[in-house]
Amino acid sequence: MEFKDYYQILGVPRSADPEEIKRAYRKLARKYHPDVSKEPNAEEKFKEINEAYEVLKDPEKRKAYDALGSRWRAGEGFRPPPDWEERFGFRRGEYAGAGFSNFSEFFEALFGGFRPQGPGFRVRGEDMHATVYVDLEEARHGAVQNITLHVPQRDLASGRLVEKPKQLKVHIPAGILAGQKIRLAGQGAPGLGGGPAGDLYLEVQFKPHRWFRAEGKDVYLDLPITPWEAALGAKIQIPSIDGKVEIKIPPGSQSDQKLRLRGKGLGSPPGDQYVVLKIHTPPADTEAKKRFYQEMAAHMPMNPRQGIGE
Amino acid sequence: MAENEVLSGTILDERFRLTLMEVCQICEVSADRIVELVSEGVIEVEGNEPAAWCFDAVTFQRLRIALRLERDLGLNPAGAALVLDLLEELHRLRGK
Repeated sequence: MEFKDYYQILGVPRSADPEEIKRAYRKLARKYHPDVSKEPNAEEKFKEINEAYEVLKDPEKRKAYDALGSRWRAGEGFRPPPDWEERFGFRRGEYAGAGFSNFSEFFEALFGGFRPQGPGFRVRGEDMHATVYVDLEEARHGAVQNITLHVPQRDLASGRLVEKPKQLKVHIPAGILAGQKIRLAGQGAPGLGGGPAGDLYLEVQFKPHRWFRAEGKDVYLDLPITPWEAALGAKIQIPSIDGKVEIKIPPGSQSDQKLRLRGKGLGSPPGDQYVVLKIHTPPADTEAKKRFYQEMAAHMPMNPRQGIGE
Repeated sequence: MAENEVLSGTILDERFRLTLMEVCQICEVSADRIVELVSEGVIEVEGNEPAAWCFDAVTFQRLRIALRLERDLGLNPAGAALVLDLLEELHRLRGK
């Protein structure tokens, strides 16, 4: 297992007094609290600083940790000294700490695991959080998603905490929106001493779609059209979230104009699909085409910038 | 649990509602703690008396974060309420 430098984790010198350690811990806890932090690895860091604080705030644990000496480097291969248990009296299975049931292997080797303390000791498992990514079509029509979670679990043979992959099939209800959460009771981390398991909260996010983008309940599609389709009107087949549909481009349409397909959106009751027209002009890459554009300019003079810059 | 069982959960959407008893059970806290958070204005509930209180998805999620902030950062209810309000403001600004 790897050695953990708890002083380095909290960013305090080995000589720090309890007040200094508490201040450093509080500051880091605010920075990395998963509910508040935008740091990408907030949850992991938060766990790490809580483990470091659990040791350094407790005079007995700190004394024992300090006795390992200052030669160890973070990440170095570590094995507890053979006389560890006699000297400090920490044995595996003795630790009854404050609710954090998922400290590192290093912590458990030194101070023991979180174990039931006497009869009637029950602890509910921690709630877990995960994000599930679904296609827009799946959000519209509902789907079943396979999810793999890494659940901290106590290995019965060794008493150690290990992360076990857990496979779940979860029903994604039709009409779900990005940012909504699904609560699955009893699917979080397992409890201790016969305590109930925690809950699992799945936050739904949409996968990027090759054509559509979702804004709340509405779905947007940028639709390239030709100048003559815009000017003269046209019937065009386009993708919708329910498959292909035909829409009518009204004559005299302009770029960025929006057409609405009622009810072809997300959520329940569903939002709408908006088709945003984007006029693409053909390139003037031959002499003949250039002459054609010049003729258009002569026959259809227009000033699209009227009122701009006056 | 059967290997191929498909789990269905509760969506925390506008139809989501919980009673005080359900909230206490899910969050593993006493009713007194919730009453304190309501009277401090950390969360707002529908209904006049605790037995008739109704927690919607937004309130429920605020409550869960408030409880975690209190536990992990040593905040009091007023501090947790302030953090929650600022977080909501932040989300609103980021969403713009």
